[in-house]
Amino acid sequence: MSDPGLENLYREVILDHYKNPRGHGVIENADAEAEGQNPLCGDEVSVYVAFDEDGETIDDVKFSGRGCAISQAATSMLMEMTKGRTAHEVATLDKDELLAEIGVPLTPVRLKCAMLGLTTLKVALHKAKGTPLPDGLAGFDDLELT
Amino acid sequence: MAVTAPGTKLDARALRSDFPIFEQEMHGKPLAYLDSANSSQKPRQVLEAVDRFYETSYANVHRAVHLLGERATAGLEHARERVRALLNAPDVREIIFVRNATEALNLVAYSWGLNNLGPGDAVVVTELEHHSNFVPWQYIAGRQGAEFLMVAIDENGDPDLSQLDAIARDHNVKVVATNLVSNSLGTIHDLAPLVSWAHGQGAIFVCDAAQAAPHMRVDVQAIGADFVAISGHKMCAPSGIGALWGRGELLQSMEPFLLGGHMINAVRVDKTTWGELPHKFEAGTSPIAEAVGLGAAVDYLEAIGLEAIEAHEHELAAYALGRLAEVPGITLYGPPADRRAGVVSFNMEGIHPHDVAQILDLQGVAIRAGHHCCQPLMHKLGVAATNRASFYLYTIPDEIDQLVDGLHAVRKVFA
Ligand SMILES: Cc1ncc(COP(=O)(O)O)c(C=O)c1O
Repeated sequence: MSDPGLENLYREVILDHYKNPRGHGVIENADAEAEGQNPLCGDEVSVYVAFDEDGETIDDVKFSGRGCAISQAATSMLMEMTKGRTAHEVATLDKDELLAEIGVPLTPVRLKCAMLGLTTLKVALHKAKGTPLPDGLAGFDDLELT
Repeated sequence: MAVTAPGTKLDARALRSDFPIFEQEMHGKPLAYLDSANSSQKPRQVLEAVDRFYETSYANVHRAVHLLGERATAGLEHARERVRALLNAPDVREIIFVRNATEALNLVAYSWGLNNLGPGDAVVVTELEHHSNFVPWQYIAGRQGAEFLMVAIDENGDPDLSQLDAIARDHNVKVVATNLVSNSLGTIHDLAPLVSWAHGQGAIFVCDAAQAAPHMRVDVQAIGADFVAISGHKMCAPSGIGALWGRGELLQSMEPFLLGGHMINAVRVDKTTWGELPHKFEAGTSPIAEAVGLGAAVDYLEAIGLEAIEAHEHELAAYALGRLAEVPGITLYGPPADRRAGVVSFNMEGIHPHDVAQILDLQGVAIRAGHHCCQPLMHKLGVAATNRASFYLYTIPDEIDQLVDGLHAVRKVFA
């Protein structure tokens, strides 16, 4: 992998999402929610989902938490990417779609930061729908289910 | 190698040339390795000693009749003697080779704890412990129905000893376990009051010296401890080797930790008897070459002088604290320079340590960002994580300058 490079990794769009996170907040009485932690650096993300009347389309999605620019910006991007899509679609979202949005190569450690929000969101959706967690999620270090 | 005469300052620039790692650049920049508290780099003298051992003297130890087996055993036992001398332990049989400090502390927690702790007893640690001197005690105390107590730190970051009287009144204290140097704040503790309090309660005193032994003289008899744990990888030795020192009579009375080959005396189907010290605690094939490397590392450190290393680190800590204070928005944690080993923990306002460390890395500066295996302490400080720059005998002020320049660049990115 080529060097991410300073300008690259912390490019404008990532810093913008970090400083002005989209969908930041809490949904009271959310239809789906979960809390995720990255034990390596103490990043924390909670996600909240409200479904449309059809019980399937994501009407609103929000997150709260604290952490590094990568984890918070990636989660912010995710909020924009997933609103209006179906629970099933998002629960099975290919992580490459988010990585493409982030758009910079990440080292393995930072990949965990970037995936925290998506993993937590998937857990929330699977829990709400009663579907089993896919293998990849079961292996996620220390995701604390609430 | 630049040997330092006793009482003189070490020459970090000269010593640096013993460490091949510095011959390369990182991201096109000179390497500023400020993560030695995490693990140290290795001098050529140690690397060559390990190579030479493999090339000329390697075989399994303690069981071969052949010459190589004899040489290998002599190499391992020589290393044990070097560790004994380093720690001023009374008897070489009290030096148990383990993988690392974590294993040493688990050994004590299991072997001593499972037979000596029970309901009504208490284990006391401090809020500054590394998880490796916290979690094993919490677990074993829990299993034995004993209590697990933590002495909180005061506003100076020192264990608040005023809590001890209340603990002694209400509990039967059997173990006091604490570090000599904190890995997250760098504090060098004055253990004397805790040691005498522990012994006054009839408790054993377990000292985690993982962060102390690389940086200062650790004398197990002067400390008055009952057990002392060290990790080789933090003190110029290979990874995979550490040592436990324990008082002979305690080690004698303890049950083994791991069981199997080498640690036995006689094995019958109805009963197995344990081998003599230290073998009783060294089941299976030891990390032989790693131990030889540890012996070579002790030679290296002693040639420089641990006093000189400690003085060098105080100097670097003072320089770093001064330079870092110039950076706007920085919060520094821990004691004044004269009471700390070469460790400086800090945070940058509004910037997560992971981002700080990542941007520094791109400028060739390696620091640690995280909770440093000290989550209770991070909780107390009210942070999820900190940045930590740590120094060693090969650290030069230029690296601290590189860090400070890097932090200005970090601020620019997040401005
Ligand atoms: C104070 C302290 N104790 C124990 C340990 C554990 O050492 P190891 O990981 O080598 O077992 C460390 C390592 O960071 C430490 O700093």
